[in-house]
Amino acid sequence: MIVAKRKPLNEIAEMLAPYKKVTVVGCRSCVAICLAGGEKEVKMLVSALKLKAKKEGRKQHVEGFVVERQCEKECVAEVQGKILDSDVTLSMACSLGAQTIGDMYPKHLTFPGLNTGIFGVPEEQGVWSEKCVGCGNCIIHTTGGICPIARCAKSMLNGPCGGSANRKCEVNLEVDCAWAAIYDRLKLQNRLDLMEQLTPAKDWSTSHAGGRRTYVREDAKLTPHQKKGKEAVQ
Amino acid sequence: MTERKPRIVAFCCERHGMDAAVLSARSGRQYDASVRLVQVPCTGRVDGIHILQALEDGADAVFVFGCLEKNCYYDTGSIEGRKRVGYVKQMLSEVGIEKERVEMFNAASTNAWAFPEAVGKMVEVAKKLGPIGGGERQ
Amino acid sequence: MKAGSNLEKVFESGQFAVTAEIGPPQSANPGPLTHHAKMLKGYADAFNLTDNQTAVVRLSSIASAVIIMREGVEPVIQMTCRDRNRIALQSDLFGAAALGVKNVLCLTGDHHIFGNEKAAKGVFDLDSIVELQVFDALRTGGKQLGGELVKDPPKMYLGCAENPFATPYEWRATRLAKKAAAGADFCQTQAIFDMNMFEKWMDEVRSRGLDKKVHILAGVIPMKSAGAARYMKNKVPGMIVPNDIVDRMKNAKDAKEEGIKLCIEQIEVLKNMKGVHGVHIMAVAWEEMVPRIVKEAGLLPRPAIP
Repeated sequence: MIVAKRKPLNEIAEMLAPYKKVTVVGCRSCVAICLAGGEKEVKMLVSALKLKAKKEGRKQHVEGFVVERQCEKECVAEVQGKILDSDVTLSMACSLGAQTIGDMYPKHLTFPGLNTGIFGVPEEQGVWSEKCVGCGNCIIHTTGGICPIARCAKSMLNGPCGGSANRKCEVNLEVDCAWAAIYDRLKLQNRLDLMEQLTPAKDWSTSHAGGRRTYVREDAKLTPHQKKGKEAVQ
Repeated sequence: MTERKPRIVAFCCERHGMDAAVLSARSGRQYDASVRLVQVPCTGRVDGIHILQALEDGADAVFVFGCLEKNCYYDTGSIEGRKRVGYVKQMLSEVGIEKERVEMFNAASTNAWAFPEAVGKMVEVAKKLGPIGGGERQ
Repeated sequence: MKAGSNLEKVFESGQFAVTAEIGPPQSANPGPLTHHAKMLKGYADAFNLTDNQTAVVRLSSIASAVIIMREGVEPVIQMTCRDRNRIALQSDLFGAAALGVKNVLCLTGDHHIFGNEKAAKGVFDLDSIVELQVFDALRTGGKQLGGELVKDPPKMYLGCAENPFATPYEWRATRLAKKAAAGADFCQTQAIFDMNMFEKWMDEVRSRGLDKKVHILAGVIPMKSAGAARYMKNKVPGMIVPNDIVDRMKNAKDAKEEGIKLCIEQIEVLKNMKGVHGVHIMAVAWEEMVPRIVKEAGLLPRPAIP
């Protein structure tokens, strides 16, 4: 899932300092699961901001809310009144949520309270590690189920490099060398022949390097006639 | 001008925490502060928001009082309590509020000195730092 | 002949080759390069110009190569994948060839976290093996990676690096096989301190006939002190320095002398090791010792092949 973490509080406080009325909006989806922007985190942030204002003798009204999925317009619309009633909205969702609010209310100020982040997997409670960078063309069937683009610091396709020591990555000795792991996995599966082959250059055009991507299911899109009907009901 | 008494809130677990607090209360111990006890089943139940809320509601200092870590009635509860306190201290630092206002203490039910000692330390902090935002006279 | 470089000629003549390294300066001043080229001329068959080694910004490898060529010394340029995408790699290869460079070492590159621009965006469009394939396709068939045909493609002698001391150890000979298949003509290894381990790797290399496909230059580093030995042992990922070597440096009366002595001993062993076709001397920050090492290891004079 998307894993984000809260910006340092002093950074958030500085962002919000000039404003008298702040609305904080969290999200119950990914950021709640990774303990960054769910209901608990919103409450604690609101409290901390109030304490700071109290300490500095500033008048700042802060209120917090949570929506189910902040990247969905219908969910954000539920707190529209609270958003528009404030001088600034602090989004405690991932950047997708923050940008959804921003896109829905372009004249209104919406600031990010979190730093997004990674496509992460919970390794143990409280620890999420990156395993995918969304390259758009998954090849893990050739690497024993381990992604070298995400998990090798150099995104090598013909790894490992010469800096792999004790099966750890030279960049961070606490991180496993992805290619040592791929080697072990392929050996386990009796498929080391896959690693003996030369893997050619990657086509990065399916990744973000090729530009901002949009994925479409044509059959799921509404026709103009259907859109008209939907608007009439709303 | 009379300063008001320091306001301390203590989250005590209903096992060793409360026992130790009650033991010292029986001795007739008085404090130069307003000390409010909040009983919790286990200090592991204390959430960061409880501590922050207590400060927001006017406490000058807050402490969490639980079983000794090797002897927690619920095994690892007071370890969790310590972690929560640690996280709140970090948050307070980041917004420029003195992290000494929040503390974790551990005791066994027979440690008659433990609760007064904890209160004493927090009263000292509260007197030194004053109320959050200063000059609040009520 | 792939490119007709001096290094290539030495290998093809069956003689034991010597390469050394010149680290370009962290400045726009060509002086140190000219100085080293003059000092080292005649002591190696070709000189590597490192490419922003350990991701520290230095005078570029290709520019450095041109500067030393003015002194009549042959360069081996290094090209990492860390700082260049496929467009720049191929473009720089055209440029290098046009300037008269004939040897290129293909590397993935040390990660930029080690250098003095840690906030950089590492490129890593290709890895060293793909880089070899791309350069090989250019020099053999004049074909660019994207498919376009190049009229006057670069003629290059291609090199690679390999590290017998990095994990998984059992994979390292196969990795050399991949590099050979990708187009590597020669291979410079990481510095050897554990001779037994290197022998084991050479065993596997020989059993696969790789010594016949790729000319292997065994890497050596003369050490200045026990501190240097310890640093390489503990702080450089992928370097193995046995304890007895660290102790030898520690107990030596004159550490620098001991370091030179050890280096020469290693070269003597490597000279007689089957399948090793040369030595690569990496006298990091100690280039002035190269002439003495080459002389005392009995590697003079260097062959002059027309």
